Amino acid sequence: MSNAPRLTALDALHRSLGATMTDFAGWDMPLRYASERDEHNAVRTKAGLFDLSHMGEITVTGPQAASFLNFALVGNIGTVAVGRARYTMICAEDGGILDDLIVYRLGETEYMVVANAGNAQIVLDVLTARVDGFDAEVRDDRDAYALLAVQGPESPAILASVTDADLDGLKYYAGLPGTVAGVPALIARTGYTGEDGFELFVAPEHAEQLWQALTAAGASRGLIPCGLSCRDTLRLEAGMPLYGHELTTELTPFDAGLGRVVKFEKEGDFVGRKALEAAAAHAETAPPRKLVGLIAEGRRVPRAGYPVVAEGQVIGEVTSGAPSPTLGKPIAIAYVDAAHAAPGTTGVGVDIRGSHEPYEVVALPFYKRQK
Amino acid sequence: MSNPQQLRYSKEHEWLSALEDGVATVGITEFAANALGDVVYAQLPEVGDTVTAGETCGELESTKSVSDLYSPVTGEVTASNQDVVDDPSLVNSAPFEGGWLFKVRVAEEPKDLLSADEYTEFSGN
Repeated sequence: MSNAPRLTALDALHRSLGATMTDFAGWDMPLRYASERDEHNAVRTKAGLFDLSHMGEITVTGPQAASFLNFALVGNIGTVAVGRARYTMICAEDGGILDDLIVYRLGETEYMVVANAGNAQIVLDVLTARVDGFDAEVRDDRDAYALLAVQGPESPAILASVTDADLDGLKYYAGLPGTVAGVPALIARTGYTGEDGFELFVAPEHAEQLWQALTAAGASRGLIPCGLSCRDTLRLEAGMPLYGHELTTELTPFDAGLGRVVKFEKEGDFVGRKALEAAAAHAETAPPRKLVGLIAEGRRVPRAGYPVVAEGQVIGEVTSGAPSPTLGKPIAIAYVDAAHAAPGTTGVGVDIRGSHEPYEVVALPFYKRQK
Repeated sequence: MSNPQQLRYSKEHEWLSALEDGVATVGITEFAANALGDVVYAQLPEVGDTVTAGETCGELESTKSVSDLYSPVTGEVTASNQDVVDDPSLVNSAPFEGGWLFKVRVAEEPKDLLSADEYTEFSGN
């Protein structure tokens, strides 16, 4: 693999907007354009525009595409209707999480799997290995798409002004092909911010035209360009896991409190079934550490890897932490021993560079939008 | 961005004002503030503390990271900016003015500081 960072189709545009760029999973991506707090608040109250072209698209086609995905992934992909999407995971034989994914059913025999940028090659390799024996084809479509997201309460009105597609009929976790600002797009009502919003998969050569049209359409409604920094604080407030932080190969979906994505009742065997059945039983009887929310009483910010403490003992570890613009306090997601995981547990703190700062244990998410 | 001519600068991206009655004001540069992103928490040295040139004397937290604050000069702290403690975003909005961090009664003439032009070349901004 080359060390030169990969550039999205919008790279020159980001630079012309004065973006601070950052390396993310081998891609040079916008971290923020101006204040990440303003960007965060724009998504919560109005709208934000993101370039997410680093995400990895993998297309699966063929008569046995559904049964193949049922075998390769932990979810019941066979029950996803055409035009709908499903949050799921791909696990190793030992039940460890290889990645979390969104699978869109584009047609009777066509699916698009969207993997995290940092795992896209692994997911592609694993799917390619697992497809053996199925009448299905796995195609690397990472370079076939740019991905733009419009997120926030104003996003339906903004998008409606540049497309004739039936957005009212497009439910959460649904996707349909359409035309946006004159360019063909897969319009999906998905996101990673805790707000209503859309993700638009388009050909890279159309990305700039779409970005400019959305910027123009959104200006009067408060839409601003947003970088990955605010995307992280938005998903953290919404209690959404991030691979490499809350999800790793060392953990099963049950360890991460996401056992619901594993569908044992589906037809046929699937990779990891045996290990995951054991993990499910273990989670029932002897729960391991649990994923909880922590809210700071003070102002020092917990960071990934900081120990969670109680009565001088380490009882867990922070997986993600940041100052929360919405709560106005530092927050964290952490794995903590089950004995200290109940909301309201007292005496829990985070070791912030040697000083034990008091934290309140809460259930996730920190933020839920009003519908 | 432009770095004020009347200030001197450290390679750790702090600025130091000219002395007034033996006391100099310290802050971080606009370049440093931009690199940090939104500052959300400032731990500043307290009045009466002794700070040493090139050594850490506090920390600044932003959304993405925590950074040590280095003193560009040796001496005794005579003031720390409570406005910044209360509203750390001042470091971003006015790094050379209202976002100053602390004042020091300078004990020895600092060495190795850069002029505005030298710092601009050093930081590339």
